[in-house]
Order: sequence, then structure tokens, then C-alpha cells
Amino acid sequence: MSAPVPEQAQVAPTGNRATPTRRRSAHARRARLVRALLVALALAYVLVLVLLPLAGITYYALKSGLGTIGETFSQPDVLHAFYLTAVIMVVAVVVTGTFGIIVALVLARDRFPGKLLVSALVDLPLAVSPVIVGLMAVLLFGRGGWFEPFFAAQGIQIIFALPSMILVTIFISIPFVIREVAPVLEELGMEEEQAAWTLGASKLQTFFRVTLPNIRWGLLYGMALSSARAIGEVGAVLVVSGLLQGRTETATLYVFRAFEQYQDDQGYIVALTLAAFSILLLIGIETFKRKSLKAAN
Amino acid sequence: MAIGVRQITKRFGDFVALDDVSLAIPSGSLTVLLGPSGSGKSTLLRIIAGLEAPDVGEVTIFETDATSLPPQKRGVGFVFQHYAAFKRMTVRDNVGFGLKIRKRPKKEIRERVDELLALVQLQGLAERYPSQLSGGQRQRMALARALAVEPQVLLLDEPFGALDARVRKELRTWLRRLHDEVHVTTVLVTHDQEEAMEVADRVAVINNGRIEQYGKPRDLYEHPASEFVMTFVGPVTRFRERHIRPHDLEVQLAPNGTSEEATVERVVHLGFEVRVELALAGGESVLAQVTREEAERLELLPGQRVFVRTRRKAVFVPDPAPAGPPS
Repeated sequence: MSAPVPEQAQVAPTGNRATPTRRRSAHARRARLVRALLVALALAYVLVLVLLPLAGITYYALKSGLGTIGETFSQPDVLHAFYLTAVIMVVAVVVTGTFGIIVALVLARDRFPGKLLVSALVDLPLAVSPVIVGLMAVLLFGRGGWFEPFFAAQGIQIIFALPSMILVTIFISIPFVIREVAPVLEELGMEEEQAAWTLGASKLQTFFRVTLPNIRWGLLYGMALSSARAIGEVGAVLVVSGLLQGRTETATLYVFRAFEQYQDDQGYIVALTLAAFSILLLIGIETFKRKSLKAAN
Repeated sequence: MAIGVRQITKRFGDFVALDDVSLAIPSGSLTVLLGPSGSGKSTLLRIIAGLEAPDVGEVTIFETDATSLPPQKRGVGFVFQHYAAFKRMTVRDNVGFGLKIRKRPKKEIRERVDELLALVQLQGLAERYPSQLSGGQRQRMALARALAVEPQVLLLDEPFGALDARVRKELRTWLRRLHDEVHVTTVLVTHDQEEAMEVADRVAVINNGRIEQYGKPRDLYEHPASEFVMTFVGPVTRFRERHIRPHDLEVQLAPNGTSEEATVERVVHLGFEVRVELALAGGESVLAQVTREEAERLELLPGQRVFVRTRRKAVFVPDPAPAGPPS
């Protein structure tokens, strides 16, 4: 026996064409039906779990009327909450972006004892509950904590203040840039950089002219993920913030308090604003991801 | 002397990549480092470039001690097997990279790049990106990029290794002509002996981290210094406990005082040459290489009885250690 010939190919040229055609179309119809069902299922799943809540928030936020919306955004507490969220996000993204590149370079390029441990530790923030992250910060910097006497002597308050909120947000956002950039670096190899060296470029020139352009989409993707995480974080920030209204209250924490105090309208309006920003980020993330994948090829 | 390598040793963990290697490369020459993979030839090239540091030994480039100089300061051009093209830059920016780093005026860069693109026959492709070029074009771009900074020495690491056979042959002929034009001292690493024989002024055969022989291609072929060189730089067959080149075996139809009886097992026509596989009376197999005319004159057919003898004595008596064919 030689290679098997498909049954239909044998039948078609000589015999009755009707039978195989009908059989094929029945088969095709069943396949199409299965595919349609799967698409419907996926759509329903996303609709119910994602779009419905979003629609709900949008509905309630807008229902309260323009007056309430204007009033909400003129509240000093709300404005301060957005300001705080923005500050925390920017600092966390800049810090995790900068150190993320350095750690990714070390993980992708260097061999040293304990590399596996470092690699595993990078993922730790994903595995630890944010509330526990907050507790760890309190244990280190809070009253009776290891570092508390030092900072108290300098007159710097860490816990129940902005520094600890930034600190825990950074901790939680550590993995994203590293996990996006390290594989890109590994894939790229070092030859382009070595070529740049032999052409006279210093290590810094090589980084900015050759390495950075090669990893930029992966880096932006990681930074977008970090931002989204920084905006949405509640647990860790809640623990270290002390919930001081108008002082250590981020936008997300404001939403949390608004509902507790039966200020549902304000809660919905702030929540919708945060959601809208996150959706913009998501669009950015998808774009960066696609470009990063394309660049890797 | 353009490049001096003195007593270089390099280890990677337990593996000895280079073992007390010394080499003097004359100015203006095209020297090939030839050896099997893992022989240390690429490591030696990377040490000359400063991309790798030797454990022991020193490198001089035009009488300057370069051992502790970084690659940026050695005045070398390096071409990688997989092109190492700057993916995010056009061909023009790739070739002009070194000049831009040296902060040359824009106009000068432009003119020099155009000149180089003409030299490597890539005119008209300046605004393309590397991904839009073929492998051969990319490698010519990499060569232009390395030449742009007017290096004192040009180092090529298996430059044609990633290309298909036809392009590879074209490019190496072209490279040899280019070298005759620009005369920059060039060191090329390859595992392909045919490539080495074709382009090199001098060949250093490297095996197990040592230089086995260093000389003109023809000397290597005619007077190999070791069994390894003999077997690596050309075809070899074993006859009367000696290594000889198959074309040094003479096939005759009638016995002669010094010849030995053999049976033809297979006749392979390879164009101009014909490979004849023979079995000696003792059962050992021997390979002979004859011209097409000779094969026709002898009317060689499988099963035929013939007589073989060596044309010349210059051969190699192999070490007793390696296991020969069962006899």
C-alpha cells in the first residue's frame, strides 16, 4: 500500500458526485453549528461577566445626572483621591519600569549563583495576597517595626502616608515589566549589541540606540500592565493607608468608602472614571502586545 | 604583522576552548581559521575582537597591545554568522552607525554610505529594512557596516554559514575579489575546507583548541603536518596502512610490480571526476578517484578485477590508536 488517498478524491472523478457532496455539506453544516455555539457561548460569557457590570456602572453613574457628576468632581476629596492615584501610578510605573529593565537584563544575560532564586522571587508578588503585602509593610515600618525608629528619627512618616502606599504598589507591580522584557531580551540575543560595540558604541549608547528600540513594545506592554495594577490595587493600599479621608485615600479607596457611607452616586461616578481609564489602558496593552509580538518575528 | 596572538588559553568551565595558541597574521592577508565545530576557532576570533577575554596570553593589533582594550577601541570590524543587523534601522542607518557614533558630519556619512553600498552592490536598497533583504544581501550590508569605520582588521565569523549553498559559493568568490580591492587584513572563520581553500592566502587549521598547522592552502593539502589536517583539508582513503588522497591511487587493468589486486564495488559519476569504490583482496575497502576519461578508458564496472597502486609516496602513516576498518 502506498500513501492512503482520501476517499472523496477517489470517488469524485468517476462515480456519482451527489453522494460525497451531500455528505460533505452535512459535515460542514455540523461544524459550522458547533462553531456558532462556541462563539455564542464565549460572547455570553464575556457579556455577562464583563460588559453587564460595566453597563450597570455606566447606567447608574449617568442616571444621577450632570449636576451630581459636576458636584462629585468638584469635591476636594474626590480630586485629591484622583491625584493620589495618579501620583502612585506614575511613581510605581517609573520605578518598576527602570528597575524592571535592569533586572530583566541581568536575568536574560548573566549567569550567577542564585539566579533561579531571583527569578522565582520576581514572581512572588503575584502569589502573595495584597493584604499580606500591606501587613508586611506595617510590620517593617509601623509602630515597633524594624525600620520605624530610623524614619521616625528623621521625622518621616512611612506608614499611614504616601510613602508606604507607593512602596506596596511598587512591590505588587514588580513582575510585569520583568516578565515582559526578559523573554524579549533572551530571544534577541547579544549579537546586535556586540556588533554595536565593535562599531565603537559605548555600552550606554548601545543600550539607547540598539537594545531599547528592540524591547520598547514589550516594555510599554509591561508598563501598561503595571499601571492597570497600580490603579486597581485596594488590599495592600487599604492596609497601609489608614484610610484617612482626603489624605491617604486613593480613587479606588474612595469608591470603597463611598458605598459604605451610602454615597452610591459618587461611588458610581468615580468607578466609571477609573474603568474608562482602564479601558484606554487595555486598548494600549493590546496594541503594544501585538507590536511586541510582531517585532519579535 | 597585523595581528599577533601569543600563548592564549581560554576555558569555559572545564572545557578548554583554546590551549596555548600562538599565531602571527601578516598585514593585508586573508587568513582563514579552519576547524570543526567546537574546535575553538570562533573563540579565537572573538578574543581578537575583544568580545571574549582570554584567561592567559595576549593579543596585539598592529604592534599595539590590545589584550585589555574593549572591542570599541580595537579598530576591528566584525561580521557575525547571523548578520546581527540592526532590525529597527534602515540599511543606510545600519551602514552609517559607526560613523554616526563617531559624530561625523551628516553629508560625509551620506557619501560614505553610498560609496560602501556601491562597493557591496546594494545601491538602491538604502531605505529598506534588514527584514526586507535576502540573507546574502543582509550579510553584504553587515560587511559594508563593518568596513564603514575603516577597521584595521576585518573579522568574519562563519559569514556564509547561514546561507544556502549557491549563494555561499557566489559570495565567497565575491569576497575574495573584494579583499583584493580593499586589502584590509581579514580573518575568516569557517568549518568548510573548500571555502578555506578558495579564499585564503593562509589557513590555520584548529582542532581541540590547538593550531595543528598554519600555512598556504596548497601546502596544507600536499604536506599535512598531522593526520587530522590530512583528513580535514581533503578526501582521504587508507591504503596499505597509510592515508592517501583518493586521486593518488592509480587504477590499472594489468598487474604491475607494485600494484595490488582489487575488485570494483561501485562506480559513482560526479561530473568530471569518478569515484571508484574498491575492495582489496584482504577485504579492506579503498576509494580511488579518477577522471571521466580514465574511467571510460578502463570501462570500469562493478565486479571487475583491477590492480591499484599509489602514484606518490607523500602520504601519512596514521597513529596506531584510532581504530581502522576491520580487516
